[in-house]
Amino acid sequence: MALTFKVQVMSEKDINRALTRIAHEILERNKGPEDLALVGVYTRGAPIAEHLAKKIEEIEGTKPLLGKLDITLYRDDLSEVSVQPIVKRTEIPFDVQGKNIVLCDDVIYTGRTVRAALDAVIDLGRPACIQLATLVDRGHRELPIRTDFVGKNLPTSRHEVVKVKIHSVDGEECVELWEMHNDK
Amino acid sequence: MTNNEQPTPSHMLDLKEWSKDNALNIFRTADEMSQILGRTIKKVPALQGFTVANLFFENSTRTKLSFERAAKALSADVMNFSASSSSLSKGESLKDTLRTLDAMQADLYIVRHGVSGAPYQLQKWTNAAIVNAGDGRRAHPTQALLDAFTFRTSFPNFDGFGGKKLVIVGDLMHSRVVRSNVELWTKLGAQVTLCGPNSLVPPALAAFEGVERNLNLAEAVEGAHAVMAVRIQHERMQKGLFPSLAEYRMRYQLNEKIMERAHPDALVMHPGPMNRDIEISGSLADSERSVIEKQVANGIPIRMAVLYTLLVGRKKS
Repeated sequence: MALTFKVQVMSEKDINRALTRIAHEILERNKGPEDLALVGVYTRGAPIAEHLAKKIEEIEGTKPLLGKLDITLYRDDLSEVSVQPIVKRTEIPFDVQGKNIVLCDDVIYTGRTVRAALDAVIDLGRPACIQLATLVDRGHRELPIRTDFVGKNLPTSRHEVVKVKIHSVDGEECVELWEMHNDK
Repeated sequence: MTNNEQPTPSHMLDLKEWSKDNALNIFRTADEMSQILGRTIKKVPALQGFTVANLFFENSTRTKLSFERAAKALSADVMNFSASSSSLSKGESLKDTLRTLDAMQADLYIVRHGVSGAPYQLQKWTNAAIVNAGDGRRAHPTQALLDAFTFRTSFPNFDGFGGKKLVIVGDLMHSRVVRSNVELWTKLGAQVTLCGPNSLVPPALAAFEGVERNLNLAEAVEGAHAVMAVRIQHERMQKGLFPSLAEYRMRYQLNEKIMERAHPDALVMHPGPMNRDIEISGSLADSERSVIEKQVANGIPIRMAVLYTLLVGRKKS
């Protein structure tokens, strides 16, 4: 399987603007930062949640609660994977009971990661509500799940790959569209 | 992220086949499993749809319960088989017993057997994964993993196994736990000193690199970071391999006085079951240095990590 680069769909500045808007939307929907908790899904959802928390703090002067979630043990394809996924550290340093949780991820695609994340959060307690913020929505849902806050709706084909690059993970920040080819 | 650097063995028969990195991966996974066990809902769906069979041809309480608890915390289904209440007592062969369980679609067998090497034999007859839960005098890999994991999580300011000294004292000849611990701790970079009555400390055990044999307990314990007492196994000891329990106690019992010679932060360990006031003084076993209960508790996350590692990434049979 080979990948060829097609186009950059978001620059660093685009990402920053989108996250600024999402931060405002989160605050508007939840009427401020009280009882608000941003939970990033590994790998790139975690730094995105941090960005959003920082922006919310700049806007309101109060930092929302912040957590990281690893969904490896909640995946529905563990009996089929060929290489073993590494279990990472879930860090939710607060009681989820009664909180307004905003799950943060880079891309929403089939919705299966979000399904797993919902189960993982609910196993930790009973939040008041769970919302979802994603930088990119690329369509092709396989489950009845939608995102509440989205940076960019990006219609794609299943032969395309959306790559989100984040400074702390990839050393640069942008969203790119790539095309998948069979080598044959 | 995946685990590409080190291929993981398909079974856990002996730690020989597990590299240092494989073992460290088990510890890292066990760290996360411990976290799950600290939550209100101590269960994740990772192994949903997998079936694990406990195949115990020898008595065991803690190991069997610990594996069962680990499998259930990962949502696997568990079947229990014990030789005493089975058709083995009606004359069914080991192979046929295994075939029967295979027909019930077990994905992994946890095997304890009195004969050394039995899990290797079983592995030839099935496509399922095998975890050795103790075979004869040979190996008990998950016990060694949980012992080392307990040291790693309990020793103050732990900075790696390199340069650490483990002393094991007691009936080492009849102990599969000792063999697996020697294998693992030396692989991790620690020094191991073996101690006990001459007749119970086989020189062959000390043939590994990084292992020494010192039959004087006070000398052996000097500067140790962990001291592990192992049980005097009455039931395996037909002949008088030492003169009397009183003499054993006098020369080889682990107690507070002996521990004064160890590193100030040294931990006291015992893989259990323990003969209180024989191989270890009761007060030392209950003291602050003792991590004996932690060893039992850590059995669960370690076994969760082992089950997870062996089952995930293996195409479901």
